[in-house]
Amino acid sequence: MPKQLINLTVNGSPNEVAVEPRWTLLEMVREELRFSGSKEGCGTGDCGACSMILRGPQDGRGRLITSCLMLAAQAEGCEVTTIEGLATNGRLHPVQQAFIDTGGVQCGFCTPGMIMASKALLDRNPSPTLEEVREGLAGNLCRCTGYAKIYEAVMRASKAGK
Amino acid sequence: MRAFEYHAPTSLNEALSLLQELGEAARPLAGGTDLVVQMKENATKFAAPSHIVNLLRVPELGGIEFSESVGLRIGAGATMAEVAESLIIRERYQAIVEGAALVGSIQTMNMATVGGNLCNAAPSADIAPPLLAFEAEAVIVGPAGRRSLPLEEFFLGPGKTALAVDELVAEVRVPVPSAGIGSAYDRHTPRKQMDIAVVGVAATLSIAGNRVERARVALGAVAPTPVRARRAEGALEGQPPSDDVFARAAEIAAMECSPIADVRASAEFRRYIVRVMTMRMLREVRDRARSG
Repeated sequence: MPKQLINLTVNGSPNEVAVEPRWTLLEMVREELRFSGSKEGCGTGDCGACSMILRGPQDGRGRLITSCLMLAAQAEGCEVTTIEGLATNGRLHPVQQAFIDTGGVQCGFCTPGMIMASKALLDRNPSPTLEEVREGLAGNLCRCTGYAKIYEAVMRASKAGK
Repeated sequence: MRAFEYHAPTSLNEALSLLQELGEAARPLAGGTDLVVQMKENATKFAAPSHIVNLLRVPELGGIEFSESVGLRIGAGATMAEVAESLIIRERYQAIVEGAALVGSIQTMNMATVGGNLCNAAPSADIAPPLLAFEAEAVIVGPAGRRSLPLEEFFLGPGKTALAVDELVAEVRVPVPSAGIGSAYDRHTPRKQMDIAVVGVAATLSIAGNRVERARVALGAVAPTPVRARRAEGALEGQPPSDDVFARAAEIAAMECSPIADVRASAEFRRYIVRVMTMRMLREVRDRARSG
């Protein structure tokens, strides 16, 4: 199938990318744009390792999606933020720093998705309860089962943790 | 995923012409939470599509609106998150919010659409029982124009709907609920999150004085399609909203459904859960109808 050109912004930079229609957004971001932070765990939207924040041309705020279930071509005109887009001027995002400080990272495979889901949650709800954190991260699996430290990191990065 | 050609129409007319022209070879795609998974696993209930028609850029399919004269309109492209966050749905159609909020994770809710959930026609679709309990209609568009179908007639079997290949669900219409109506939806799942309903039960009750004026009970995952429990409704209407009446209606709902045994539960267990959940929903709805 011939490739087609799409335009989208990834981590603040506009891109024109030639994509195969069957590529997922995750494949395009990893293989073509070389942002390999987002992972493919299950490929079926269950594990959340590929989570990105996507803002469409009509959307007010970005929303958390599993990029393994979206076709790259469907992201035409959108702004995409991956784990690589969170740090600013060499400073880690508070959520990233909190994961380091609390030891919320073990093997690291789920971490980019966990951090994107945590950021999306805190953007919506800056002072979540522990229960709300657990719900907000319900679509992200950690096979190391390091959930306690992960929740602790999100609580620390929240308004209440400051 | 097998290769396919991609189309991104920007109007409903353009989308419909594409579907008409491409016929069986094409599948419409919205949030992808069902279809992309099926395409990756090569497990579509139809031949692998050679054309994909993206619906995310079709403005006519979006939006949620309510008016006292017409009722609720949910665009087929509205996501579960949009439904769950809608103030008007929360206020007037609580069970629909409860159904939408149970669909998968935050990520799933941000992608999955109401139209997609209905067209995938899973007997366990969480949005279906609440919509049935509010007597929703699917508005279908195609080359012949628009037609409306009660949601009950829209579902034909697991994965099967009344939709022709060149038609789309444009929106769901839900009548204005009668004054003092209460509604609720919940499901039984072994896990709290990221699971599929073993049984889902939605109910609406209008109570006047000490009498149930109107009752609707809808069940998910216990028949080839989401279904109304009409005999249970009959056992409620005209009766006082008492626990005894509810218990009898719950018993009837358990008898009149036709569950299968599968990896999630045996048929007997499903019937048992229908009884428990119907009782629980009716009591919850009674409280809501009285306080609202």
